[in-house]
Amino acid sequence: MNARTGTDMDSTHTDGQVSTQVSADSRAGGFVDTVERAARTPDEPQPYAELGMKDDEYARVREILGRRPTSSELAIYSVMWSEHCSYKSSKVHLRQFAAKAPKSDALLVGMGENAGVVDIGDGWAATFKIESHNHPSYVEPHQGAATGVGGIVRDILSMGARPVAVMDSLRFGPIDAPDTARVLPGVVEGISSYGNCLGLPNIGGEVAFDPCYAGNPLVNALCVGLLRKDRIKLATAPGPGNKVVLFGARTGPDGIGGASVLASATFEEESQAKRPSVQVGDPFMEKLLVECCLELFEADLVVGIQDLGAAGISCATTELAAKGTGGMRIDLDLVPLRDPSLRPEEILMSESQERMMAIVKPADVPAFLEVCAKWDVPATVIGEVTDTGRLVMTWRGETIVDIPPGTAANDGPVYERPYHEPADQAALNADSPRRLPRPGDLRATLLELLASPNIASKEWVTSQYDRYVRGNTVLAMPADAGVLRVGDVVPGVAPEAAETRRGIALATDGNGRYARLDPYAGAQLALAEAYRNVAVTGARPLAVTNCLNFGSPEDPEVMWQFAEATRGLADACRALGVPVTGGNVSFYNQTGSVAIHPTPIVGVLGVLDDVAKRITPGFPEAGLRVVLLGETFEEFGGSEWAWVAHGHLGGLPPRARLDEERALADVLVTGAARGLIAGAHDLSHGGLGVALAEACLLHGVGCTVATPGDDAFTDLFSETTARAVVAVRPEHFDALVKLCAVNDVPYQTLGTTGGSSLTVEGVLEIPLPELRDAYERTLPAVFGD
Amino acid sequence: MSGARVGVVTFPGTLDDQDAARAVRHAGATPVPLWHADRDLKGVDAVFLPGGFSYGDYLRCGAISRFSPVMEELIPAARKGLPVLGTCNGFQILCEAHLLPGALTRNAGLRYVCRDQRLRVENTATVWTSAFSPGQEIVLPIKHGEGRYVADPETIAELEANNRVVFRYLGNPNGSLNDIAGITNETGTIVGLMPHPEHAVEELTGAPSLDGRGIFTSILKHLVNA
Repeated sequence: MNARTGTDMDSTHTDGQVSTQVSADSRAGGFVDTVERAARTPDEPQPYAELGMKDDEYARVREILGRRPTSSELAIYSVMWSEHCSYKSSKVHLRQFAAKAPKSDALLVGMGENAGVVDIGDGWAATFKIESHNHPSYVEPHQGAATGVGGIVRDILSMGARPVAVMDSLRFGPIDAPDTARVLPGVVEGISSYGNCLGLPNIGGEVAFDPCYAGNPLVNALCVGLLRKDRIKLATAPGPGNKVVLFGARTGPDGIGGASVLASATFEEESQAKRPSVQVGDPFMEKLLVECCLELFEADLVVGIQDLGAAGISCATTELAAKGTGGMRIDLDLVPLRDPSLRPEEILMSESQERMMAIVKPADVPAFLEVCAKWDVPATVIGEVTDTGRLVMTWRGETIVDIPPGTAANDGPVYERPYHEPADQAALNADSPRRLPRPGDLRATLLELLASPNIASKEWVTSQYDRYVRGNTVLAMPADAGVLRVGDVVPGVAPEAAETRRGIALATDGNGRYARLDPYAGAQLALAEAYRNVAVTGARPLAVTNCLNFGSPEDPEVMWQFAEATRGLADACRALGVPVTGGNVSFYNQTGSVAIHPTPIVGVLGVLDDVAKRITPGFPEAGLRVVLLGETFEEFGGSEWAWVAHGHLGGLPPRARLDEERALADVLVTGAARGLIAGAHDLSHGGLGVALAEACLLHGVGCTVATPGDDAFTDLFSETTARAVVAVRPEHFDALVKLCAVNDVPYQTLGTTGGSSLTVEGVLEIPLPELRDAYERTLPAVFGD
Repeated sequence: MSGARVGVVTFPGTLDDQDAARAVRHAGATPVPLWHADRDLKGVDAVFLPGGFSYGDYLRCGAISRFSPVMEELIPAARKGLPVLGTCNGFQILCEAHLLPGALTRNAGLRYVCRDQRLRVENTATVWTSAFSPGQEIVLPIKHGEGRYVADPETIAELEANNRVVFRYLGNPNGSLNDIAGITNETGTIVGLMPHPEHAVEELTGAPSLDGRGIFTSILKHLVNA
């Protein structure tokens, strides 16, 4: 089993010093460090430490090769064995995702490939994955975020799928911090310019603010693709004699050494020095690459394919060869360069964007090159598959790499990092929100919460994303989940053959404060919310992707958070019956010794058998009964209210109620299929009060409700999970009640929709314009109208 | 299905071609893919230049597309009366090709804007807008970073005097002069607009409006009666 959840993580950038050091070694001497020379000069000192390798890791490489590595081989091993590419600290924990995976007939490709693939019915499959681009987005927000989108799109493309939508999960420091004013607009502009130009609708995601992300913003990009399920492509290089084709953008000095050096380096004050080396994205080239690849797949001209992300050619060649016949010969002189002075070590480590590597039968090469020419995509045969079991590379006629590829791709170090509970954990959990004074004026509290940065409308962000392109967007933000129509997306397939009524739904969620209070529960709560958001559209949740954002794994307290979060997520996936299909780990999100809150971001993919039956978000019309599904308890640990009203983070987060989530989803999915639910919204941060307000504002339809219990404050603002508010036509009410009873889901009728205000009888009445002003003014007030 | 054939041009970087073709099909006409590198209009009855970032739009939007082989055919045909609709990047290309006057520049707010935009139909005498009623208020999505319509004062005066402003924004999203969202040529055969009618033709998808259908029923009516 391969515990790797992806190949292409924080494709980061270089520390200029280190890369020049490697190349300077070879340049200074004016020679090439060949295999023959390496064997002859065993004692030559090598800069492995500067490349992030430990003494024992370097010794291991020498042992594998029976000599010292050449500088090019050292480059390959150093990037492939970096935390970033090898998952050496996380592997032992990630194995639970497979070991505890629930039985699922839907899983076609699991972890270990570029992205997981799930069967969505009618011959269709969906592939999706979320990935971080955190550090580059801090250094250079626009390009960092843009290339994050580009990287995840190529992962999806390399599965043989047409990428059909993207979404992003973003975390920033305090909204009014000076650096947030630099980072947030830059990140949004980067996602906007790259995704819009690439022609992919952005259909959801989240934005949240917390002081813990100041200096360590999180930019997690998700992409989903669709394909016929018998057309899956894999990253493999079988068949001796088959050609290795590098196509897409030329190779330049982008992000050299980044994968190992920067992704493994905690930010310190001098990070400004890293600015020039963030990769620059070219969405136009990516668009051409997408269309070119889809035409290559359609013509069946590809045996295996891999995108080039972190570790560039090093990663693509070692992984393709390791998963194929086992050998490969590459002539590095044939790699098209943007900068002809690049040395072989730099070519191997370059993270230039918009590149792919394909394995092509010799007879298909002319047709392959012709398709590339049609799309103006440069393509070059740079080598071939062999059965030698060795990855051999030549440069200027000399052999500079000769390694067993699996040793770089699969046999990296695995660490059982020590971990223990943080020293302050018990005190944090003991600091219960019960001691916080409750508000007297609930009207003011609701308005304050609606205007708080984490709850306020994110339209300032999402209006910069094209949500309509490709014409299959059924729901997009501010809906709880994005929903896409599946049919009518594959070129060359006649519309009637492509016909299906199915749709897919996608949501991402994650709450760092919950996870800080209890990482085990926090990860489960992230999954539960994404699962619920998908179910609230009427879609049946099917599969999971995750992006695990943490501080340094070398800190035992952080490692404890990581161990707890992975254990919690794996357990919850089993409880909810949704397998993890892939994902990504981002460590070292910390400044100095201060780590971010543990922030597992979870994406859930669901399926609607008939997308036309999706549930409309919010309250679509007057005269509907408003029904609360689920039960409410007093749960304020890590809540928005505790933070907004008191700046408090303590106690325990809401309980993860996984059985109740499953039952709630059954009611929503069945209710949607039977057309019983006219509108719905999930309850999450800010509780029922915020959910009602958002449901009213979506269509400008008010409501009059009574709180269900005798404590209006808890009823309105508790963040108990496994709840949703639905709007039901009177004639469907009895059927819905029956459905709740069958599934053992408690419900309470709160009132009816209609009018031009949100009225909670005896508690508050707020006209919709006042509600809207509170909800919509916050981001424009900070970032400009 | 009528026999009308509407060409949909794909440049490298065109994004809304699939949507445009779907909208044509929904209206009952036959979409005909036209490839940028082919000097061939395939005998179509009308042409739709869809949105996107043709050639990446790294230069001025539409500046390279106007020199493409397909445009070498399209420009003279349009001058002779072939109906042409350009939306978003298509509008930018029509301006670059001088089939329509003026230019589209960076939004006044300096940000890309995607939203459901209210518009007023000012001119229903074009072949693309006859199905609307004069002064009708409609909603179509906009999604662009460079949609601010500008022209010299004489051109603006000429457009206004001759009723060549076809669509006007209600709540100007980008700083366009005179709230201009779309214009036509002297004969009403060529229309360019920043909003996207192809994203407002289906109940299930796109904008919460079906107002885009008017564009397609207009051209079909024109072609069938022609």
